[in-house]
Amino acid sequence: MSPPEEPAVAVDREEVEVDALLEAVYRYYGFDFRQYARPSLRRRLWRRAGLEGATTVSGLQERLLHDRSCMERLLLDLSINVTAMFRDPTFFAAFRRTVVPLLRTYPFIRIWNAGCSTGEETHSLAIILAEEGLIGRTRIYATDINEPVLMRAKEGVFPLDQMKAYTENYLAAGGTRAFSEYYTAGYEGARFDPSLTEGVVFSRHNLASDRSFNEFHAIICRNVMIYFDPMLQDRVHDLFHESLVRFGVLCLGQKESITFTSHAEDYKVLDASDRLFRKIR
Amino acid sequence: MSGRPLDLVVVGCSWGGLAAAADLLEALPPDFDPPTIVVQHRSEAPSALAELLSRHTSRPVGEPDDKEEVRCGHVYVAPPGYHLLVDRRGFSLATEAPVRYARPSVDVLFESAARAFGPSLAAVVLTGANDDGAAGLARVAAAGGLALVQDPGTAERSTMPAAALAAVPTAFVGSVAEIASSLTAAWRLQEVP
Repeated sequence: MSPPEEPAVAVDREEVEVDALLEAVYRYYGFDFRQYARPSLRRRLWRRAGLEGATTVSGLQERLLHDRSCMERLLLDLSINVTAMFRDPTFFAAFRRTVVPLLRTYPFIRIWNAGCSTGEETHSLAIILAEEGLIGRTRIYATDINEPVLMRAKEGVFPLDQMKAYTENYLAAGGTRAFSEYYTAGYEGARFDPSLTEGVVFSRHNLASDRSFNEFHAIICRNVMIYFDPMLQDRVHDLFHESLVRFGVLCLGQKESITFTSHAEDYKVLDASDRLFRKIR
Repeated sequence: MSGRPLDLVVVGCSWGGLAAAADLLEALPPDFDPPTIVVQHRSEAPSALAELLSRHTSRPVGEPDDKEEVRCGHVYVAPPGYHLLVDRRGFSLATEAPVRYARPSVDVLFESAARAFGPSLAAVVLTGANDDGAAGLARVAAAGGLALVQDPGTAERSTMPAAALAAVPTAFVGSVAEIASSLTAAWRLQEVP
């Protein structure tokens, strides 16, 4: 038999490799990244390939299947989003101004912080709820796909060298106290007051495959769905719509839209630039 | 470059980039149709960049939402605090770590565009004080796209165009006005059968 020739039709070999890798990871480990947005996923795969010494996506696949620790490292790559406390200060100001008064009307408040990553956003929300006197009757469910990431979120220790930037964000978000009241500086970093997260339940949840687990008055899911393709985004919007009480609030990232989803008509815009949406049906 | 399609133009700039990008948009004909995406390094705070650039062109200018489709005629500005990636389906945003201190990163946009648009892409590196864009421009050239670099002698900061030229010595080099003419010529040529 003669060696195979190059395919006559231009086939995107790398796309074939990425498809095969995602299928293999799903079948062997059960993690389903097949509906992640390809441009950013491809970047992350190549970055991981480089760090593992692989020169092709297929080479990375071989390592992933035969070395569980390599899979764990990829999982970290795919679940850590580099974020900041009070990222997009105008969002937190809008949350305080617009969402907090709505939450105040409930005797007990349930909030879902979906895709909480390493916990910067969860802690920021907890600080606002504490300042507004609501933390005592609020339960925040902070979920992420990845257990080690959740452990870090739970720990509430953030790099000391970020505190200057976080303090500026906090003030820009309308914070009125001394931000340093909320943490103790130690050798391991800035440890945030554990009482902030007493009412927080950190748990594993996979937006791509898990179901709704409660009814919430607000869902905060910012810059998580940007990593999903439009079909998976639709699935997550179904999940959120099902998980919100009527008149509950959905908070998205500043460049995320519901206009093109099947639920566009189910929400009223509360704040167009800070992407706050209220479920009306 | 006879008859090659020009489906997308990507532009990267840093220090001095606002003026250079404004000059480039102004120098392009008003009916210049290929969607044009600008990455300008800046702080993460919301900014008026899109508004400022819109004063220099009659084309619509804005920051794209995630998964928004890429529309002909439009000018897009990468939003601060995100990487902007593009393929034939539209825009994707990412909040991964800054690449060489930059988010948005020129390299990230250029690499994604080179992959999706190959020879029908034109990429422009303008003034700037770092080397972002050089690796991305090399990817554009390797994929058969058109590489254009502002003459470092005419740039407010020469580091970025000089680094791009070192990475792609065969790139077209010229002033902003000459780059605009070259883009316009490439765009008009694609109409010729």
